Amino acid sequence: MAEDYVIEMLHITKEFPGIKANDDITLQLKRGEIHALLGENGAGKSTLMSVLFGLYQAEEGIIKKDGKEVAIKDPNDANRLGIGMVHQHFKLVECFTVLDNIILGVEDTKHGFLQKDEARKKVLALSEKYGLRVDPDALVSDISVGMQQRVEILKMLYRDNEILIFDEPTAVLTPQEIDELMEIMKGFKEEGKSILFITHKLAEIMAVSDRCTVLRKGKYMGTVDIASTTQEELSKMMVGRDVKLTADKKPCEAGDTILSVKDLVIPSRTHSNNAVKGVSFDVHAGEIVCVAGIEGNGQTELVYGITGLEKVTGGSVYLKGKDITHAPIRERSKDGMSHIPEDRHKHGLVLDYTLEQNLVLQRYWEDEFQRGGVIRADKVRKYAYDLIDRFDVRSGQGAVTVARSMSGGNQQKAIIAREIDKQPDLLVAVQPTRGLDVGAIEYIHGQLIKERDQGRAVLLVSLELDEVMNLSDRILVMYEGEIVGEFDPKQTTVEELGLYMAGAKRQDGKEARVS
Amino acid sequence: MKVKKPLAENQMFISVLASVISIIAGLLFGSVLLFILNPSKAGIGMGAMLTTGFSSLDQFGKVLYQSAPLMLCGLSVGFAFKTGMFNIGATGQYTIGAFCALYGAIALQLPWWVCLLLSLIGGAVWGIFPGLFKALFNVNEVITSIMFNWIGMYLVNLLLANMPVMLASAWGASNSDRTAALAQANPGAVIPKGGLDKLFGNSSWINISVFVAIIVAIICWFILEKTTFGYELKACGYNKEASRYAGISANRNIVFSMIIAGALSGLGGGLYYLAGTIQYVLEKKTLAMGFNGIPVALLANSNPIGTIFSSLFISYIQVGGSAMQPNFSSESTDIIIAVIIYLAAFALLMKGVITGLLKKSMKNKDDKEAKA
Ligand SMILES: Nc1ncnc2c1ncn2[C@@H]1O[C@H](COP(=O)(O)OP(=O)(O)OP(=O)(O)O)[C@@H](O)[C@H]1O
Ligand SMILES: [Mg+2]
Repeated sequence: MAEDYVIEMLHITKEFPGIKANDDITLQLKRGEIHALLGENGAGKSTLMSVLFGLYQAEEGIIKKDGKEVAIKDPNDANRLGIGMVHQHFKLVECFTVLDNIILGVEDTKHGFLQKDEARKKVLALSEKYGLRVDPDALVSDISVGMQQRVEILKMLYRDNEILIFDEPTAVLTPQEIDELMEIMKGFKEEGKSILFITHKLAEIMAVSDRCTVLRKGKYMGTVDIASTTQEELSKMMVGRDVKLTADKKPCEAGDTILSVKDLVIPSRTHSNNAVKGVSFDVHAGEIVCVAGIEGNGQTELVYGITGLEKVTGGSVYLKGKDITHAPIRERSKDGMSHIPEDRHKHGLVLDYTLEQNLVLQRYWEDEFQRGGVIRADKVRKYAYDLIDRFDVRSGQGAVTVARSMSGGNQQKAIIAREIDKQPDLLVAVQPTRGLDVGAIEYIHGQLIKERDQGRAVLLVSLELDEVMNLSDRILVMYEGEIVGEFDPKQTTVEELGLYMAGAKRQDGKEARVS
Repeated sequence: MKVKKPLAENQMFISVLASVISIIAGLLFGSVLLFILNPSKAGIGMGAMLTTGFSSLDQFGKVLYQSAPLMLCGLSVGFAFKTGMFNIGATGQYTIGAFCALYGAIALQLPWWVCLLLSLIGGAVWGIFPGLFKALFNVNEVITSIMFNWIGMYLVNLLLANMPVMLASAWGASNSDRTAALAQANPGAVIPKGGLDKLFGNSSWINISVFVAIIVAIICWFILEKTTFGYELKACGYNKEASRYAGISANRNIVFSMIIAGALSGLGGGLYYLAGTIQYVLEKKTLAMGFNGIPVALLANSNPIGTIFSSLFISYIQVGGSAMQPNFSSESTDIIIAVIIYLAAFALLMKGVITGLLKKSMKNKDDKEAKA
C-alpha cells in the first residue's frame, strides 16, 4: 500500500546568487507525523521551508499536497492549503497588539469596520485548549520571546492550518518553555496535524519526532526513523564526521581579577523595579564564569550594564582595575572587552552591510583598516577572508554577501569570529551558540576554552544548563535581579541549579520565597 | 574562459533598465493627462516637454544650469537619508545659503568663490538646528526642519527688506521686491562661465556650476563609500542599536550628517543665485527647489552618483515644462511633471518585476534547450 503523504516536495532545487541552497531535495511528510529537518548551518533548511510556504519559488521540482501537484506562489496560497509557518526570526508587527497580529490578513469586517469580538473569543479558546498563554491586548514589543512564539503558533492555529512548520522554534526558548512546546507539538500530532520541525538540538529530535530528514550543504542525505537511530548517528550523518558532544578541558588556573562588579544596580525597561539589585562578583583571567538563570531575571540588563549599553544607577564596574562604570562603549572595547550580544539582529549585525563590513564593525577605526579616515578596502577584504576561513562562515558570495541573506547560524558565527578575534581580556558571551549546529557548537566551545587557557576571562550567560555545566569553571545563579548562589560545576547537579533558578533555595541565608 | 554573468543577476543593468521603463511609463501617463486637459494642444505640449531641452544650445545650457542646485538639494536629502534621517528642510537651508551668497556678493562685494563658501556655511548652520534638536532632545527632525524652512524664509525676507543696499532699487533699477542684479552690483561675484558660453552658442544660462555640483556629488560618494566617517553614518542609518553596540556615537553622527546636508543645500542656493541670471524675489512661499531635492534623491535611491543623472532628468523636464506655458497653465505643467517624477520613482518596484521576468524567460529557454 502506498504511504499516506500530506506533503511531498520532490527534487526541489533553489539557487541564490553564488550558491545552490537546495540541490535536488526530496522531503515527504506523512499525515500526523512530526518530521524533523536536520542540517548544518546554511544547509538549506530554512530555504526549503520557505519554498513550501511560498516565500521563494523553486527553480526545479514539484510540491504535492495529498498526492496532487500544487503551485504555491505566495504565503496566501500556502495558507489556503493549510500550511503555516513559524519563522526562525519572528515576523510580528511590533507596535500591534497580540490579537491584531494574530488576525492580521484574515480580519473580519462589517461595513468596513474591524470586528474583533469573534476573533478574540476564538483566540482565547485556542489559547485555552493548547495551553498557549498569551495576553491578547499586550503590545508585541513588550512581551517576551517565548510569548511572541506562542503568538506565532496561535496565528497558524487561527488560520486552521493542518501542516505546521517550525523553523528553529526552540533556539530562543528557555528549557522550561522548550518542554512546554514539546508537549504542545505532541498534542497537535494527536489531533492529526502534521509537523515539520527544524532544530539543531538532537535531544529534541529524539524526544518528539517520528522521522528525520538530513541535509548537508544543500543536498539530501537521507531520511531515517528516529526509533532506530541514535544522536551520534544523526550528527555523523549531518556533519560527515564524528562530533564530540561534550567538551573536555584542563582544570582552571585562575589568575588576576579582570572584571570586578560591585553592588551593581540597573533599572528595568519593562517594570518600575530594578532589574539588577546590587550584584557583586569577580571574573579572573583564565576562568569561565557562567551566569545561569531563567530568562528575565536580570541577566540581560546585567550584561547591558557591564558592556555599557544601559546606564548604571548604582554600584561600579572595574575592568583590570580601571573604573569603567560610566565609560563609553568604545572605551570599554579599547580597554579589552568583547561582547557577543544576545540579540544578533538588534545589536550584533548591521543586516544591510556586507559580511566583511560586519566583520570589522568593532575595528574599522584601527590603523590596520584605515589610513587618514579612508577605509583600506584590500585589508578589510583580506581580514574578512581570514576570519571566514578560520571560523567556517558559509555564505553565497563570501565577503561581499549581504548579512541579511545569510543563514541564521552563519550570522552568529560571523559575530563570534569578530569578537573572539579581537583578542579581548574579557569576553562577555550571551547565548553564544544559539542557533548553531552541533559541529559549530563543538568548535565554538573549543574556542571559548582556548581563550580561557590563554589567560582570558570569559563571562558566559546561557539559558542552557548543558552548556553551563559543560563549559564553566564557576556558576552564578541569578534570580529576580540578585545572585542567589555560587557553584562549582563539578560539585553540583542540574537539579540543584534548577531549584536555585526557580527561587526555591538561596545560599545567603535569606529566607527563600515559597513558590 | 570567463563565464558571463546571467542578465538576471546583473544589478547594474536591471537598475538602469528599471529606471528607463519607469520614465517611459511616466511620460506615457503624462501624455494622457495632457490630452485630457487640452486635447487640441496635447501633441504640441508633449513635444515641447520632450524636445525643448535639446531644441537649442541655449535651452540645453538652461537644463545644465538648473540641474546644479537640484543636484545639490538631492545630494542633501540623500546624504541625510543614508544616516536614517529625512531632511525635509533642504529648502530652508537653500534659502539661507542663497541669502549668504547674495549678501557676500552685494553688500560685502566679495568674489564669487568666497560667496559660495558663505552659502555653504549658511546652509550648514541652518542644518545644525534640526540635528542638535534630534541628538539632544530626540525631537523628530521632520518637525524641526519644516519649522526652520519657514523661519529661514521669513528671516531672509525680513533681512532683505531692512537692507536697502541689497535690493535692485539701490542699483539703478526700479523694483524693490527683489535683490540687485549682480551684473550691476558686483560682476566679480558672478560664477564664471569658463568659456562654456562659447560652446553653448552664447547661452546666458550656462556656467561652471554643473561641474561644481558633479564634483561635490563625487566627493559625497567618496565620503559615504570609502571613509570610516561614511561607514559610521550608514551604520547609524541602517541599525542605530548595532552602531551603538559598536561604540559609534549616533548623536555625533546625526549632527554631522545634518551639517553636511545643510551645507549641500546651502551651496545649491549659492550656485543658483550667483549665476547672475536670476534675482531673489521676496515672496511669502518657500522655494520649490529644496523640495524638488526629495524626488531627485528618491529617484537615485540616495546614491550620490545616481543623483547626477536624476537631477539632469528632472531639470530637463522642468525646462520642457516651462516651454509649454502659453498652452498649458503653470499649474497643469506642474501636475504633469509631478506625475512623471512620481512614476519614475517606481523604478524600485520595476526592478523586482524585471528580475522575475528575466529569470522566467531564461528558464523557458533552458527548458526548450533541454527538450531539444
Ligand atoms: N534571500 C537569500 N539571498 C541569498 N542567499 C540566501 C538567501 N537565503 C538564504 N541564502 C543562502 O542559502 C544558504 C542556505 O540558507 P538557509 O537559511 O536555508 O540555511 P539553514 O539551513 O536554515 O541554516 P541555519 O541553521 O543557520 O538557519 C545559505 O548559504 C545562505 O547564505
Ligand atoms: Mg535557518
